[in-house]
Amino acid sequence: MAQITLIEAVTQALAYEMKHDESVVVLGEDVGVNGGVFRATQGLQEKFGELRVLDTPLDETTIAGVTVGMAVQGMKPVAEAQFEGFIYPMMEQIACHAARMRNRTRGRLTVPAVWRAPWGGGIRAPEHHSEANEHLFTNIPGLRVVLPSSPARAYGLLLAAIRDPDPVIFLEPKRIYRQYKEEVPDDGEALPLDVCFVLRDGTDVTLVTWGAQVKECLEAADELARQGVSAEVIDVATLTPLDFDTIAESVQKTGRCVIVHEAPKTAGFGAEIAARVAEECLYELLAPVERVTGPDTHIPLFRLEMKYLPSVERIVEAAQRTLAAS
Amino acid sequence: MSIAAKFEIEYLQYLDAEGKQVRDDLPEFAKDLGHMVELYKLMLSTRVFDAKSVALQRTGKLGTYASCLGHEAAHVGIGSAMKPEDVLAPSYREYGAQLYRGVQPREVYMYWGGDERGNDYQKEPARHDFAWSVPIATQCLHAAGSALAFKIRGEKRVAVCTIGDGGSSKGDFYGAINIAGAQNLPLVAVIVNNQWAISVPRKIQSGAPTLAQKGIAAGLHCIQVDGNDIIAVRKAMEDALERARNGQGGSVIEAVTYRLGDHTTADDARRYRGEQEVKDAWAKEPMKRLRAWLVAKGVWDDKKEEAWKAECDEWMDNEVNAYLETKTQPVTAMFDYTFAEVPADLAKQRDLVLSYENKGH
Repeated sequence: MAQITLIEAVTQALAYEMKHDESVVVLGEDVGVNGGVFRATQGLQEKFGELRVLDTPLDETTIAGVTVGMAVQGMKPVAEAQFEGFIYPMMEQIACHAARMRNRTRGRLTVPAVWRAPWGGGIRAPEHHSEANEHLFTNIPGLRVVLPSSPARAYGLLLAAIRDPDPVIFLEPKRIYRQYKEEVPDDGEALPLDVCFVLRDGTDVTLVTWGAQVKECLEAADELARQGVSAEVIDVATLTPLDFDTIAESVQKTGRCVIVHEAPKTAGFGAEIAARVAEECLYELLAPVERVTGPDTHIPLFRLEMKYLPSVERIVEAAQRTLAAS
Repeated sequence: MSIAAKFEIEYLQYLDAEGKQVRDDLPEFAKDLGHMVELYKLMLSTRVFDAKSVALQRTGKLGTYASCLGHEAAHVGIGSAMKPEDVLAPSYREYGAQLYRGVQPREVYMYWGGDERGNDYQKEPARHDFAWSVPIATQCLHAAGSALAFKIRGEKRVAVCTIGDGGSSKGDFYGAINIAGAQNLPLVAVIVNNQWAISVPRKIQSGAPTLAQKGIAAGLHCIQVDGNDIIAVRKAMEDALERARNGQGGSVIEAVTYRLGDHTTADDARRYRGEQEVKDAWAKEPMKRLRAWLVAKGVWDDKKEEAWKAECDEWMDNEVNAYLETKTQPVTAMFDYTFAEVPADLAKQRDLVLSYENKGH
């Protein structure tokens, strides 16, 4: 079986679902002949034609609103925002219509659509191409916000997102689009959208993260292991609706919690997890909760961007502080 | 000098303000006087319904309500031209079109009366139409997306969106007509130009002499009609729908009318427009001219008018009673439609709210 990258897993999931469900269509800027600027839709137009892999006019509002309309008519559109920094014009259609259509019509009309976007920093991209703004969506009721962190999870979670009867924001960590390959069987098996994934078992500290930072957290866990510290690593994967039970179980076991994300700290999704830990795990905590995040600044242009993103060293240091506290 | 492109915008009117026929080439539907009487009756019932709605709001039985006074010809003209399988994406005051397509007055009352079930239209074809869209112009893209779905599936259906003069300033409107032109979508966008976007007059919205011509830039068919003349509105709609259904392109129709009432019941139009302007607009309102024309044809009279008004009153009283008798939804309703199934995390919040309810707070 071929080994594939995360971006190839996205393509594989799209192709699988388009082949098996003719209501699935892909639309966005440059998704057709060009196969997407990151090649996520490579070869799809050749296979499925210009109507099912549709190059739209260059207007994000149009992409988002047309996606709502198609979904209400029973199609399963997968819209691409070319970069996460270009998703802002889509937000009115997502928040005011996609997310609330089912609720405001008491279930009469629904929006089974997916909005994909390459997300996050770390690829030396131009301005507005490196945003991490998942927290802007996690506060919108009626949306699922999903971030895969490996080729296998990208494949399984994207299939689940397309099949889900409600709108899904699917944010792809572009820094790890091609970081490594793994075997991903093209078997159409979806992964659940209502669980966090425990990627590494541990007993001393829980590292909670999502997206590209999963890589740094796993490396930090390796480093901590060399220091004799056993770290558990949780990939939240679906931020909302949140499976907090998995996180609570881990933190109640380890007594220590380090939350890692690249979005700005204040009101980032880590704040929600920290608050829940305070609500549900306070008496089991052995140390204050730590957050390792981007600062409350704009992500700098690329000369400084790696200084902005959480590093293995910063994560290890935060874990060590929780261990020093008790 | 060589010219890259040239355009002109046709203006269509059959009945002037007095109900005098200004051209002889009546469309087929208008030669059927029985049908024209039916259209008039629906315009009248729309007006009776609207007055009832405002009265309900003034007596505290409805929340904020957006009146359609003066838009009856435009709205009934739009709704009556559409086929059942077509889809309507309205803004928030197109009751004349919606009543024609099966929206019940009690549903309108429920929506403005604070109950989401008002958006759950029970009767076809309204059941597959979009619900009211409050964020301006956003519904235009839902219609474009619907039209795209029809095109992909090879269905001979048309998506119709309605929008105000103010809404035609928004990017969503331009985006919708733009993709409709680029993809040759079966979309008909009707700008119901009622001269006022709350307090902002038409001239502040655009420097273009007509709003219809916005469709030229998108490659669509464009026409401006007298929006108070139902024959003109209906004819332009029929032509546009037929073209769209046959793959001959989308349209922008500008129906020029006047908002005789306030923007909503929360608005007071006396703050920003003069009495004389409103008086002049009343002289051109849509009911009077059609009534005069039907009376001249000998198919309508005062007696019929009174009888139909009485029937409408009875209908609306029934609808009002049904609305007033509708019990408030259980508190859990706010959770039950957020997703197809209530996620575990949300179910905990639902249980908490339910426990408050059981304790009476």
